[in-house]
Amino acid sequence: MKLFQIRGGIHPEYRKDITSEKAITTMPMPSLLYIPLQQHIGAPAEVLVSVGDMVKKGQMIARNQGAVSASHHAPSSGCIKEITEVAAPHPSGLPQTTIILEPDSKDEWGDPMEPISDPFAADPRVIHERVAQSGIVGMGGAAFPSAIKLNLGEQKKLDTLLLNGAECEPYLTCDDRLMREYADEVIDGARIMAHALGTTKVVIGIELNKPQAIEVMTKAASAFPSVQIASVPVQYPMGSERHLVQAITGLETPARKLTADLGIVVHNVATARAVHHAVRFGRPLVARVVTVSGGAIREPKNVLAPIGARVADLVEFCGGFSARPESVVNGGPMMGQPLPTLDAPVVKGTSGILALTAEEINDRPTSACIRCGNCITICPCGLSPVEMSAFIRKDNLEMAAKLGVTDCFSCGSCSWVCPSHIPLVHYFNYAKGALRDQDNERRKNERIKTLAEVRTIRIEKAAEAKKAALAARKPAAGAAPAAATGEAKPATEEKANA
Amino acid sequence: MSGILIAIGSLTLIGLTLGTILGAAARRFAVQEDPLEEELKAMMPGSQCGQCGYPGCGQYAAALAKGEAKITLCAPGGKPLVEALSSKLGVTADLSDMEEKVPEHAYIKEELCIGCTRCIRECSTDAIMGANKLMHTIIVDACHGCSKCVKVCPTDAIIMVPYPETVVNWHWPKPETAKANTQVKPEVAHAH
Repeated sequence: MKLFQIRGGIHPEYRKDITSEKAITTMPMPSLLYIPLQQHIGAPAEVLVSVGDMVKKGQMIARNQGAVSASHHAPSSGCIKEITEVAAPHPSGLPQTTIILEPDSKDEWGDPMEPISDPFAADPRVIHERVAQSGIVGMGGAAFPSAIKLNLGEQKKLDTLLLNGAECEPYLTCDDRLMREYADEVIDGARIMAHALGTTKVVIGIELNKPQAIEVMTKAASAFPSVQIASVPVQYPMGSERHLVQAITGLETPARKLTADLGIVVHNVATARAVHHAVRFGRPLVARVVTVSGGAIREPKNVLAPIGARVADLVEFCGGFSARPESVVNGGPMMGQPLPTLDAPVVKGTSGILALTAEEINDRPTSACIRCGNCITICPCGLSPVEMSAFIRKDNLEMAAKLGVTDCFSCGSCSWVCPSHIPLVHYFNYAKGALRDQDNERRKNERIKTLAEVRTIRIEKAAEAKKAALAARKPAAGAAPAAATGEAKPATEEKANA
Repeated sequence: MSGILIAIGSLTLIGLTLGTILGAAARRFAVQEDPLEEELKAMMPGSQCGQCGYPGCGQYAAALAKGEAKITLCAPGGKPLVEALSSKLGVTADLSDMEEKVPEHAYIKEELCIGCTRCIRECSTDAIMGANKLMHTIIVDACHGCSKCVKVCPTDAIIMVPYPETVVNWHWPKPETAKANTQVKPEVAHAH
């Protein structure tokens, strides 16, 4: 398959060999499971159970609400112990509403949804519905509700489903193992998704540093002419949706547009497997593979963990810490976020838990910029990190926005390459957050203005109506005080009645 | 040769005629409006709360444009508005007595509400829901934190509360590079 070059990028030490030969192992069911209502982009789900309820594995315990949301299911059978605020798996460590489930060790499935016997003959809408009911979100890390992405075929003309098996983050091997061990399931899921999207072609992008996965997947795909495997070069951040699309099709996704505008929808390989389970067996998403790795972990592993297991449970299953971790990271070392507490649960978007030692982090004091321009050369989005960070440092967010800071997707390549150890990507994370705040503020102000204007108009109208009513009811002396005390609304009604 | 002269001549004539018409129209139909006033009005919160002492945002903007009002009068606009106004108008303002206010919204302690509807009449953005002798509540999305309702409540049931910080609206703080120079470990430990 012909491939295209992507701009910039870096070649960090991958350290995937720590876990790449470790087969996926199922962890024992922890004593408690913590299922947050918000594990995805969008509105938090709505609780369907109350404390003391007995639930079966796979039973929906929180339903999606609003346009963008995802439902959540019991990862095991047991009793709802508490619904309370628990620290989120988020760098802020802020609390969020979480359902605490005490598994009863039976791990009994409830009545499963009816399997869709021939998904390729089914209406795409049936598949969308099933994916939404199964609470499937993007499992590469962003956790965007998958059903919405599968609906894109109704609004846009699509030709390709691109399955993302690039896994460009160092350390992580969960997708690699998944493809090697469950290639048939991944490909079946991908074909079902392609049918739901209405695309004719499936391309599975895998980085060349996973030769076994490429081999197994090619073999599994050989039976289906519509499924192609593309081995893409090893170059961080190849696994970014936009960059993978560019490497495979040569098309660059414009800023603030979707890859779907180019006719391509990208899904993660683990998401495809979840779709396979939901459609073929009627089983919702209740567990995922997590790479537990890093220099401070005694026995790094690829763990099949139930959603809601605490990070501490996973670490314990992997033999605990062999050294004091300097930082525990949720996700990969490049784009992952530090976890402030080990009590946070594994959620649907958790691809890795890394306990990194001080040497691996290699934190060094920041010095002045030497204008080497490396960050500009490697920026995969074609931005100018040095300039943007200088403006942000001086609180000139407006200029940073003009230079395109909102197009930065925080891959961290600039911070990695900077010889002066300037926390470039931290500046951009801050700026993007602050700009979003400003934007929300502006939108709110506009709404407030409209509300105030509408109220002024209403009051004016009511006053006029009152005057008219008074004029009509001559002599008006008696009516005036009564109308003056209440809100002017009744006056309008009076007029309408008269 | 004469063809080109006719063309140039006629085009010049058309140009002159149209130019004269446009020029005359611009004078005849000119709108007497201070552009500065419009700009200032756009900067105001626009909720017409009247806490500046003027009937509404438009009047305050007009007074500002004429240089008759202080720039520190707008309560909902707060410090950011004063800063914006001072750079716009080239006026320096004493910001020291203006506290850094975190965004707030009104909150009704429902057990104290007697349903008098006074706050409803006071609210300039229709952010309070309720009826006579029935409990009231604040529609947080519509409240802009002017705190006028707090003052009129006879039972002190309304308080101003800051917006809660959640995982949805949280964002990274600005990195402190100056500090990182002296500290062994920066406060945001990140895995790069």
